Amino acid sequence: MRKFIRYFFGIKLTLIAAFSFTTLILLLSGASPFAAYYHIFKGSLGSWIKFAHVIAAWIPLTLCACGLLYTFRIGLWNIGVEGQMMMGSVFTTYALRLGIESHHPVLFLVLSFAAGLIGGGIWALIAGFLKTKGGVNEIFAGLGLNFVAQGIILWLIFGPWKRPGIASMSGTALFPPQLWMPYFSSIRLSPVALSLALIAVILTALMLRYTRIGLSLRAIGNNSHAAYLFGLKPGRYMLLAMIFAGGFAGLAGSIQVTGVYHRLLPAISSNYGYLALLVVMLANYNVWIVPAVALFFACLNVGSIQLPMMLRLDSSLSGVIQGALVLATLAVHAWQIRSKDKKWVN
Amino acid sequence: MRILLQNIHKHYGSVKANDGVTIMVEPGMIHGILGENGAGKSTLMKILAGYTQKTSGTILVDDFPVNYRSSAQASSLGIGMLYQDPLDFSSLSVLDNFMLGQMNGITKLLSLSFLGCGPAVHFRKKFEQIADHLNFSLQPDDSVKSLTIGERQQLEILRLLSQGTQILILDEPTTGISGIQKEILFNALRELASEGKSIILVSHKLEDVESLCNKVTVLRRGMVTGEMDKPFDTGRLLKMMFGSPPVSSSRLRVRSSTASGEDVLVMIRVSAPGERTGLRNCNIVIRQGEVVGLAGLEGSGQGVFLRIAAGLKIPSSGEVHLQGIKTNGKDYHKFKQMRVSFLPGSRLEGGLISGLSIAEHFALQDNRKGFFVRWTDAFEKAKKRIKSFRIMGTPESLVESLSGGNQQRLLLSFLPEDPIFLLLENPTRGLDIETAYWFWQHLHKYCENNTAIVFSSSELDEIFMAADRVLVFFDGIIIKDVKTSETDIHELAHAITGKT
Repeated sequence: MRKFIRYFFGIKLTLIAAFSFTTLILLLSGASPFAAYYHIFKGSLGSWIKFAHVIAAWIPLTLCACGLLYTFRIGLWNIGVEGQMMMGSVFTTYALRLGIESHHPVLFLVLSFAAGLIGGGIWALIAGFLKTKGGVNEIFAGLGLNFVAQGIILWLIFGPWKRPGIASMSGTALFPPQLWMPYFSSIRLSPVALSLALIAVILTALMLRYTRIGLSLRAIGNNSHAAYLFGLKPGRYMLLAMIFAGGFAGLAGSIQVTGVYHRLLPAISSNYGYLALLVVMLANYNVWIVPAVALFFACLNVGSIQLPMMLRLDSSLSGVIQGALVLATLAVHAWQIRSKDKKWVN
Repeated sequence: MRILLQNIHKHYGSVKANDGVTIMVEPGMIHGILGENGAGKSTLMKILAGYTQKTSGTILVDDFPVNYRSSAQASSLGIGMLYQDPLDFSSLSVLDNFMLGQMNGITKLLSLSFLGCGPAVHFRKKFEQIADHLNFSLQPDDSVKSLTIGERQQLEILRLLSQGTQILILDEPTTGISGIQKEILFNALRELASEGKSIILVSHKLEDVESLCNKVTVLRRGMVTGEMDKPFDTGRLLKMMFGSPPVSSSRLRVRSSTASGEDVLVMIRVSAPGERTGLRNCNIVIRQGEVVGLAGLEGSGQGVFLRIAAGLKIPSSGEVHLQGIKTNGKDYHKFKQMRVSFLPGSRLEGGLISGLSIAEHFALQDNRKGFFVRWTDAFEKAKKRIKSFRIMGTPESLVESLSGGNQQRLLLSFLPEDPIFLLLENPTRGLDIETAYWFWQHLHKYCENNTAIVFSSSELDEIFMAADRVLVFFDGIIIKDVKTSETDIHELAHAITGKT
C-alpha cells in the first residue's frame, strides 16, 4: 500500500504536465477541455456496460504488459509484442477452424489457447534468436516481425480463410457460438478472460520476486557482464524472457479472437501491444502498479470513443493523452535525475 | 614560448591528483614528464591543454598569467595536446580530418563536400608541405580507418602544427606504435624543438625519455619529486619515480615449502589482442600453492593475461592448459566448474550488479538446483559474510550504496571455499593498508590448501608483501619472471619501464 501512495505521489508532476499539454491541444482544436474530459469519464465509467468494455480492453493490455515485464527486466525492448499478439490470434483462429464441426467445442477452445501461447512464443523466439545469435537489435527485429505478422493476417483474411462468397476487411466468418468463450450475457464480459489476466498478474509477481528466473533476469538486465561472472548465461535468459513475453501476448491475441471478436480481424491487436509498452513504462516496471495504469489507459481508450459523437472531435485524442503521458513521464524522470545529480555535485 | 605552471592543484573530492606542482618548460626543449600510473602526469597535461580545470594555481605563458577554460582557448594560445587515443573521425579522409577545426562554419561544410576546389587545394598544399618537412609518409586521400595508430598520431601532429601550436604535448605517444614509426616520430620532435617549439613528452618509458628529452621532471603521487637535465642517471630517476625501496622485512609470507606443486596453469606461446598492447607470445607455468604478482604499468597486458587464464578471453594463438587439460575455446563457466575464480578490477562495472542487494548477490551464487530462490538461506549467508568480512551494510543494502572498500570486501566474500586457482585484478586497490593486510592474510590461507593465486597490482610494495613470484609486463610481453626473494624494487622498476 505504501508503495502505491509513494508511486502516485511520484507521478503527480507527470499527470499535471500531461494534462496541461492535452488541455492545450483541446483548446487549440476549439473544444472545451472540461467537456472532453467529462465525456471520456462518462464514456468509460458511466455505466456497467461501459465499464465492461473497459475491462475487455484492460485484459489484453494487462496480459501484454505482464509479458513485457519479463523482457524489460532483462533489458530487452520487446516492441514486437504487437506482432506476437497477432500471431497468437492467428494460431488461435487456426485451432478453432479445426473445431467448427467438432462435438467437443470446449476441447478446441482450450487447444486454441495453447495454440495462441505457442504462436506468440514462436514469434518472440524468432526476435530473440535474431538478437542473441545474429546480433540484430530486438527493436528492429520486433518491428519487422510486426509488419510480417500484419501481412500474414491480411493474406489469411483475403486468401485461404476468406469468407465464403466475399473477402472483406471485416475479417473471417464468425465462429459458431459454441466456440465462443463463455461470457456474462448481460455485460458481455468473459469471466475466463478476466481470471486469466488476474492470474497472469499474480504469476508474474511471484515469478519475478520468488524464483531464480526472476532474480537472474534482473541480474542480467542490470549488468550482464557481472551476471556472466556469477555463472548465468545471458543469451539463454533472453530467449526465456522473450518466450514469456510472447506467450502472454499470444494469450491476449487468443482472447481477442475467442472472447471479443469471435473471428480474425486485420486490426485484431488494436495496438494493445504498443500501448502495453507505455503502460509498463508508466508503471515504472512495477508489476503491482501495471493493472492500475492499464485500467487508466483502457478507460481513456474506451471513453474517447464518445468524443466524435458528442464533441465532433477525433477519437485519436486518447492517443494524444497517452503519448503526452509517456513523454511527460520521461521528461519528469530525466528532470528528477538531473536535479538529483546537481544536488550531489553541490 | 615559455610556460610556467605554478603550484597547480587538482582535487577530485578527497583525492589529490595534483598537489602543488610547479614546472617550467623552456622553448626549444624536449621536456619529459615521468611517473608511475596515477602519479598525476595526465591530469597535469590535461590542465595545461585546457581539457580540465585546475582547482588552484597559476599558468604563466611568457611570464603573463593566463586563464583559459577550454582546449579551444588553449590552442589559440598555441598549446596543443596529442592524446593517448588520437581524436579523429575515422569515416573521413586524412585531408578532411586535417582541415576540420581549422575553418569556420559554412566554408568547412562546402569544402568538405567539394574537395579539389577552394580551400581544399590550399590545405592540401599546406598538408604536404608540413608532412614533407617532418618526413611523414601520410597520404592526404587515405581514409583514416586504414591508418595505424602511429599514422593517426602523425595526422594529429600535422593538424596541431598547422593550427600554430607552439607547445606540443604528447601523452604516451610510443605505446602501440612500431619501432620505425617511433624513430620517425622522435626525429620529427627533435626537428620541431630545433625550430624553437617546446615539446612535452609524458611517458613512463625511461628508455624513450632518456633518448629524447633534454630535461625531465618526475611526478609521484601528485607532487614533483625531482628534476634532472641530460645526461640522466637512471638509478636516481627510478628512485624519484618509485620512492625508496620498502623494508624487505615487511614480507607477509614466506613460502613454507620450496618444493613446487603440480602445474595449475600452463600457457604456451599465447597471444591475444586487447587493452592497448595485447598479450604477445606468453609462455608461463603457474604451480599449486603459488602466489604470483603481475607488475607493470596499467594496460601492459596483465588484464589480458588474467582474462585468458580465466577463460573470459579466447587467445588468438597458442595453447592454454588448466590442470593438464587443454582449455582453448572453453568459456568461463567451464573454468568456473574447474574451480577457477576471477575477480575483476572494476567493481561496479565488472563484479557487482547495481540495483541488487547484498542478499540477492548471494542468492545468485547459490548453485543448488531449484525453481525458487532460497531467500532465508541467502539472507543467512549474507549476514554471516557481512560479519566475517567486516562489510558496512545489511543484507538489504544495494551494492552501489556501499563504499569502495566495502564493495571490494563484498567481492572477496564471494570467493568460493575451495578454489584451485584465483585470478584477482588489482584486488586491494582503494583499500586502506590495514584492510589490505587483513585481506592478504585471508587469501594466504587458501594457499595452504594448494590454491594458486595470480593477482595484478600497480603497487610494487604490495607485490613484495604478498607474492612469492613476480611477472613484469611491458608492452604486452612478460619481460621478467623472478622470485620476489631474489629481486628488489630497483630491478623491478627497471623492468616496468622497459629496461631489462
